[in-house]
Amino acid sequence: MGVGFPILSLMIFLPLVGVAFLATLRGDEAAVARNARWGALWSSVVSLGLGIFLWLKFDPSVAGYQFAESDTWLSGLDVQYRVGVDGISLFLVELTVFLSPIAILASWSITRRVRDFMIFFLLLESVTLGMFCATDFVIFYIFFEAVLIPMYFIIGIWGGERRIYATVKFFLFTMAGSVLMLVALVWMWHNAGSTDLTVLTRTKIPPDVQTWLFVAFLASFGVKAAVWPLHTWLPDAYAEAPLPGTIMLAAVLSKMGAYGFIRFAVPMLPQASQAAAPLMFALGVVAVIYISLVALAQTDMKRLVAYSSVAHMGVIVIGIFTFTVEGIEGALFQMLSHGIIIAGLFVCTGVLLSRGEDTALSRLGGLAAVMPVFATLLMLFSLASMGLPGTSGFVGEILVIVGAMKVNFWVSLLGGMGMVLGAAFMLVMLRAVLFDKFTRPGLESLKDLRPAEYAMLVPLAVMTLWLGIYPVSFTHIFDGPVTALVQAHVAAVQPAAVLPAAVQPGVAVAMETK
Amino acid sequence: MLTEIAVFAPLAGAVFAGLGRPALGKQGAIWVSILLMVVSAVAGVADFYQYEVTGGGWAPLHLAIWVSVGSFTPDWALRQDTLSLVVVAMVSVVSMLIHVYSAGYMAHDKTVPRFFAYLSLFTFAMLMLATANNLLQLFFGWEGVGLVSYLLIGYWYEKPSANAAAIKAFIVNRVGDLAFAVGIALTYLVFNTIDFDGIFAAVPAHLADKYALFGSVFPALEVIGVLLFIGAMGKSAQIVLHTWLADAMEGPTPVSALIHAATMVAAGVFLVVRMSPLLNHAPGALSFVTFIGATTALFAGTVGCVQNDIKRIIAYSTCSQLGYMFLAAGLGAYPVAMFHLINHAFFKALLFLAAGSVIHAMSDEQDIRKMGGLGRKLPITYGVMLCGALALAGIPPFSGYFSKDAILGAAFATHTSMGFYGWACGVFTAGLTAFYISRLFLLTFHTESRVAPEVAAHVHESPVTMLGPIVLLAFGALSSGFLLRNAFIGHGFAAFWGASIAVDPNSIMTQIDGIPAWAAMSPLAAGIVGIGVAAWFYILAPEMPARAAARFNGLYLFLLNKWYFDEVYDALLVRPALRLAKLIWHVGDEQMIDGVPNGLAHLTADASSQTVKLQTGSIALYAFIMLVGLLGFLSLFLWIR
Repeated sequence: MGVGFPILSLMIFLPLVGVAFLATLRGDEAAVARNARWGALWSSVVSLGLGIFLWLKFDPSVAGYQFAESDTWLSGLDVQYRVGVDGISLFLVELTVFLSPIAILASWSITRRVRDFMIFFLLLESVTLGMFCATDFVIFYIFFEAVLIPMYFIIGIWGGERRIYATVKFFLFTMAGSVLMLVALVWMWHNAGSTDLTVLTRTKIPPDVQTWLFVAFLASFGVKAAVWPLHTWLPDAYAEAPLPGTIMLAAVLSKMGAYGFIRFAVPMLPQASQAAAPLMFALGVVAVIYISLVALAQTDMKRLVAYSSVAHMGVIVIGIFTFTVEGIEGALFQMLSHGIIIAGLFVCTGVLLSRGEDTALSRLGGLAAVMPVFATLLMLFSLASMGLPGTSGFVGEILVIVGAMKVNFWVSLLGGMGMVLGAAFMLVMLRAVLFDKFTRPGLESLKDLRPAEYAMLVPLAVMTLWLGIYPVSFTHIFDGPVTALVQAHVAAVQPAAVLPAAVQPGVAVAMETK
Repeated sequence: MLTEIAVFAPLAGAVFAGLGRPALGKQGAIWVSILLMVVSAVAGVADFYQYEVTGGGWAPLHLAIWVSVGSFTPDWALRQDTLSLVVVAMVSVVSMLIHVYSAGYMAHDKTVPRFFAYLSLFTFAMLMLATANNLLQLFFGWEGVGLVSYLLIGYWYEKPSANAAAIKAFIVNRVGDLAFAVGIALTYLVFNTIDFDGIFAAVPAHLADKYALFGSVFPALEVIGVLLFIGAMGKSAQIVLHTWLADAMEGPTPVSALIHAATMVAAGVFLVVRMSPLLNHAPGALSFVTFIGATTALFAGTVGCVQNDIKRIIAYSTCSQLGYMFLAAGLGAYPVAMFHLINHAFFKALLFLAAGSVIHAMSDEQDIRKMGGLGRKLPITYGVMLCGALALAGIPPFSGYFSKDAILGAAFATHTSMGFYGWACGVFTAGLTAFYISRLFLLTFHTESRVAPEVAAHVHESPVTMLGPIVLLAFGALSSGFLLRNAFIGHGFAAFWGASIAVDPNSIMTQIDGIPAWAAMSPLAAGIVGIGVAAWFYILAPEMPARAAARFNGLYLFLLNKWYFDEVYDALLVRPALRLAKLIWHVGDEQMIDGVPNGLAHLTADASSQTVKLQTGSIALYAFIMLVGLLGFLSLFLWIR
């Protein structure tokens, strides 16, 4: 499968061309800022175009990595520059290139050191794409770590008041996890003699070692996915980062952890993953219930949205560790949907911030009367976040509930608690922002959305509905790899651990696959 | 084709009304949505007529794939069977009348196109629910009507009470919906499909399935039945999950008529009837349905007797009447439940709209203690309200008489203890119903006028856009009982419903007419007694109510405060949850979990004063270890299960 030219490498390194262009900009500050903005936007739009091309050319019926490229890099060690996408990574690539232009539009409000910001942002896009495309563990690791660097500067330089605290916390948490992954990487490399993901996935690992490797992966991916109790860096980082940084963090980078679980932990460590499933369910359930309650107590819109994000990550973790087609596809779908919804919600907070309002809930209210379009869109994203059928949030949620039911009634019920608690905090937020009377003078003179804000929010809204009404356009892309993953997992763990079949007798709770 | 038109015309109406204001103008947007609703109603009725003429047996209309993951493959499709099409016809007609009424009622509202967009969107969601061909699309409609209900209760969003009521309605409904969603998941686990036809065909193969829960083993179908019914309890405001309905009266009155009386709240009953092929094999779940239904009928009836807000009285009456429907459905008399559902839709929409006409005339006063003597000033409203009241009270030949009698007849005919419980509750409630609706009627239209003088000057009959729909509904309340009786529950009922409802051949449907005369007459007798007591209390001896309230003060307060459900929930659930939320945020997140990294950061940052820092760090560490331990136990629990 190919298109005649190295499309993935082009996508990965195209933003670096943008960086080079921005670096050469000269002139007075206003001109540099303007050119930097437009240059970055164009760069990301071209990436988006490539992404759409990639999607059209992608063949969902083919198993394995497509558009694969490899180049000798460290010869003799069998570490190569290998990239490729399958159905699972493809949609994360699409999510990245779809959200980048929106995030760049959101950074129009940044006025300080615009060029530097755009350079870091394009760097971030580049390494993020590299990470999702990598099919070599060393390459993956390098990109995975490299993501930290631009993010560190974006929060540290352009962040809010407590940005230094947030940056340090973000860095410490994620670094600590990554170091352990490095150890795991070295061991697996030594074990398999290669760092090619397809080779690594085929190589058997003794179950007792798997446990230790799983712990290492959990530390690394768990922090990134903000699995409870490794989540506390997240609200600080989200709240302190500038809006485009928050969008990328919440919508794309938070998926790194879940992606890691699906790409590494589950296929490479089947026994350990199976054994850890109850722990992961517990973590997921705690995330859903505990974090939803914390979100309910928030007094600031941005932090409330940040916590809602952690609660959704709990659902994703539950879905992955059900090892069912429904659960894992639900988790993947939830990742996609969450990326879009959370971006929408954060852009909505940005709309308020750009009007000079702060996002303290007690200082807002009554905005539905003066900003009806904003109100409609904020409501749409909030409803999607609480999983209303017809929006993207529902599909992922119900698939995870269905998948979890195959494992355990309580995981299904408790994991679904987000339906109730998520509704509670989102409705409280909507009321505080949109309804009741104006809490103070000044609010009644706010203007509704500007064209640039339409340009950010309308695509997100369209995607939210599209994903909700016709999710098949997306699920059929990752149907194949997920089915293969589940079958491989079942083959690997049987007969050591058979899923507890709660329904008896006669009903084969087999994982039926198409 | 007619089915698609009936279902999607309201969606088009919602879009036009919601987005079309700049192009169409305020009046244009309204009338386009009304026009499309008329189209929908005509198509809905014609569709049902054609279905009956052609003899039925139509296949579901497949629209598109929705979800397709593994074997979880629900589609967008429109189911066309008697049950669906009866509800489509009823919903589209009632909704059309309420659209027209709203044009008059909401004429002075600033954002009225938004109101029509919501009403049309609601109608669309309700029709999707009724025509769903699988549980997931039903859930789509189910949540959709819940959403629009939330939006409409909070329509006047400057009012804090309206916002609170809207949030309450959504969240209480969501509790039921969670059980519904989990029920869908369990259905899928057992049947490996959630399409209705697939489920129903496979029921015989799964009769012996067991499901382990609570350390015990239950028949899988029973567990599914109870989970789905918990969902129905939320939507149909049955006891325990009923608290949202009375507060929902914060919404504009047409909303109360459409959503909180005629259609949405009946969705729970519809679900139970729809799942009849499965529930017939879940006798335990059905007994639970009967018990909850009968209890709700009684509970809401008692509360309705002492309320003073005209809409809240009717709201509790709705709750109570839904209880009757569940009572019937739980006994396996699904056609009777549907009969009452349709009759109730007409007479309850009528009551609400007539109440709206009164409120309109009274400049938004809703307290019946401040009304009185309105009969002469509002002659048409008086007449139609009388029709509605008599239908609700179960006085022949009005519709409520036929269906309520059939329900109680069925309950008596079962000869089981649960059936008798239902019958006893039902007959007593029939008396209460007649009493509270007569009380409402008398205090509003008869008795001395207690209207405030400044209000009295403006009392006027409503415009024709409002009266027209009410009068039509009054004809419905008068005639739907004896017109539909034969088809719905008469000898030909099995042919009428076809395969859409599974009625056990030995079910009580065949025995309703065989009960002793005294039992058959008792509901009507109870109704007459109820009316008599009301007349005695409010016409002959007006000092009686106050004396009775003083004499039985405890009981009176108990009923006035709706059995203290709200207070108990508030004390046991809402406030503790909010306190817990604050606690785990500040203590759990900020002190315990962050205590570790912060403590470590202090350690490394300031190594010279290690000993001191170590101690502050270690307290957090202990707390953190406690949390980890808790997590360990939870994992262990999930593991062992």
